[in-house]
Amino acid sequence: MVSLNSYLILGAMLFSIGAVGVFTQRNALIIYMCIELMLNAVNLTLVAFSRFLNNLDGHVFVFMIMTVAAAEAAVGLSIIISLFRNKPTVNVDDINLSKG
Amino acid sequence: MEQVMSTINLSAIYPEIILTCFSLLILLMQSFSTPRFKEYYGYVSLVGVLAALAFVVMEPSSFFAQTVVYSFNDMWVVDNYARFFKLIFLLGTGLTILISMKYLEDEAMQYGEYFALILFATIGMMIMASAGELITLFLGLELMSLSLYVLAGYTRVRMVSNEAALKYFILGSFATGFLLYGIALIYGSTGTTSIRAVAASVGKYGLYSPGLVMGMAMLVVAFGFKAALVPFHMWTPDVYEGAPAPITAFMSAGPKAAAFAAFARVFMEGLPALQMEWTWLIWIMAALTMTIGNVIALVQDNIKRMLAYSSIAHAGYVLVAFLAAGELGISSVLYYLLTYTFMNIGAFAIITALSGRGEPRVFVRDYQGLGFQHPFAAVAMSLFLFSLAGIPPTGGFMGKFYIFSAAVKEGYIGLAVIGVVNSVVSVYYYLRVTVAMYMEEPSSVREAEAAAPIFSPALVIAIFISAYGVLSLGLFPSSYVAIVKQSFLALQ
Amino acid sequence: MQLLMFYLLGLGAVVAALIMVTNKRPVRAAMSLIATMSFLAGLYVLLDAHLIAALQLIVYAGAIMVLFLFVIMLLNIEEKEGRLAGSALLWQMIAIAVVGLVFVLMVSVVKLSDNVVPLGEAAALFGTTRAVGKMLFTEYLLPFEIASVLLLAAIVGAVILAKRRIDDSDQ
Repeated sequence: MVSLNSYLILGAMLFSIGAVGVFTQRNALIIYMCIELMLNAVNLTLVAFSRFLNNLDGHVFVFMIMTVAAAEAAVGLSIIISLFRNKPTVNVDDINLSKG
Repeated sequence: MEQVMSTINLSAIYPEIILTCFSLLILLMQSFSTPRFKEYYGYVSLVGVLAALAFVVMEPSSFFAQTVVYSFNDMWVVDNYARFFKLIFLLGTGLTILISMKYLEDEAMQYGEYFALILFATIGMMIMASAGELITLFLGLELMSLSLYVLAGYTRVRMVSNEAALKYFILGSFATGFLLYGIALIYGSTGTTSIRAVAASVGKYGLYSPGLVMGMAMLVVAFGFKAALVPFHMWTPDVYEGAPAPITAFMSAGPKAAAFAAFARVFMEGLPALQMEWTWLIWIMAALTMTIGNVIALVQDNIKRMLAYSSIAHAGYVLVAFLAAGELGISSVLYYLLTYTFMNIGAFAIITALSGRGEPRVFVRDYQGLGFQHPFAAVAMSLFLFSLAGIPPTGGFMGKFYIFSAAVKEGYIGLAVIGVVNSVVSVYYYLRVTVAMYMEEPSSVREAEAAAPIFSPALVIAIFISAYGVLSLGLFPSSYVAIVKQSFLALQ
Repeated sequence: MQLLMFYLLGLGAVVAALIMVTNKRPVRAAMSLIATMSFLAGLYVLLDAHLIAALQLIVYAGAIMVLFLFVIMLLNIEEKEGRLAGSALLWQMIAIAVVGLVFVLMVSVVKLSDNVVPLGEAAALFGTTRAVGKMLFTEYLLPFEIASVLLLAAIVGAVILAKRRIDDSDQ
């Protein structure tokens, strides 16, 4: 039988991989994909909790996260497109994203 | 099949429904009416804000009745705490709409969607203030953030605006990841997402699960990002600088207050049992936020950037009051956020008027000699800057006074001292602008290229309202304090 | 059997995720992310989350990632070799170290927490469209309605930003 811990560790791994990607990638599109990966890790965590608590709230939450992720993707990609029109690059070093 | 009917009290969400209807109305007007009506979109949205304001005060019962209404299976709470925050949001939105109208015309931007998005963002904030449950809270926060990402990049032809939007978006959705992971851990530890049920569950079992503490830490990261607290403030200066000036005004007031509203509700209502854990964390963040914000603001020449760092510092002061908790602490949070809304939007109203098409004139040197050319603007700007610096008799002084006395009363004397020292430091960079306005001659370059500042009637009204707010909060604090105290009581 | 499936799917998800974060080409990264999402959908089935598994494939791997691919194709981005300045590299190392630390914390939290309940049989309707749908329209009615407003705001925002000309709606 697979324990809850296994799922949670898998979720934590995916979340951390995504977070590392946000810092190491230089391409705005891939950075955003890494953030999507983090959201997926959260979804896995929620679904696992939901199953082990035997309570469907987690599923509803995942449903909402998917909705928001879709909305966010639409907005985020249109931001990237509007930036690309002014300056044809998606490299975050060229658009001084990393400057504090 | 059994029917599960949720307990619905529709009157509890009237203000939000009204705002949604008005934003839909504006979108429809944009599509179906002739272009010459476009000047009226701003007024239409203003009517929506005023109607929502009336319903916040009146429905589902009068503000002074102090009732707490739960609706939608405890997902929605209308107490005076939420209502007071909604008043702050609507005030900020109303002032922003007033200062935006002329700006949109000058920058040749789209009208309809702009106001619709501002209303959507306001709905998101109001949801955050009233959410009694974490999924609802998350959706409110996202509604607010998505609208703000778009608004930050609204002047699409300007590169800085695009960059601001992208930076805000990427770091914002990164923070959302942490928020969600935090909520997931809290859900896993307590089996519920309702804030009250979380508190009950934590209280009942005396639960001290590491998962819960970890979840709480993740929420601190997420809210810290939304309220621009050090060390999660990196996005603030660039986004404030790049966004259109009225949107910067908007972002610095409402969304920040909304983040604090949700922060306080989750931590004080949901996780009071973990107070030992979060107290020291917030202590450090408050000290860092005040100090770093003020120190970096000292060397800024761009006035929008300067006010961005100043807004970080002000979030630090609010955090001090937040930490002091208790009646005095929370009421001084409310008092300060109200004052901050007036003084900051007031200052940005002047910046908007002076910045010129494409916002070339946003540097301190552009304010040289303003006191002689436009005495009215200079006096108003000085008033707002004095208030931000915390000089009597302005609202900013009273707000800081309440915050630091709350901190001292609760025994956070070290933090209060750091705060007072910081306020003194901050006087320097606020006064620098005033000195430039009154004691320096305008440079000849500026004279040559200077276009007259644009003071449209709506903008002047916004400045007057802000000035009135700043002065009355400073001179007659007692009536406001009475209202603020009533708003606090509801949280208990 | 379940354990084997878990390890296969979990390993697949992690490997695909690693391929994504180390890749410089957006299309490859997107395809690996789609792979991760599909593996996760398999895990959801193991967890009796049938509706979520279907949505994962349809909405996430389908709609959202297709949108990504569409934008990648539209912008036709050429890859650029990452050349990092010393300070940026330092920051990156610090960031990775912090993330690693957080990861250790997250896992230790999991190890320490003892809310591991034995997994019983799922209720007959657990995770089905019927059960989740019923919750959405009764208990979670308000968030559901808020989500609709959120989608509208996102549509308006996306249109306004991605539209080609700024003032063509007024003509």
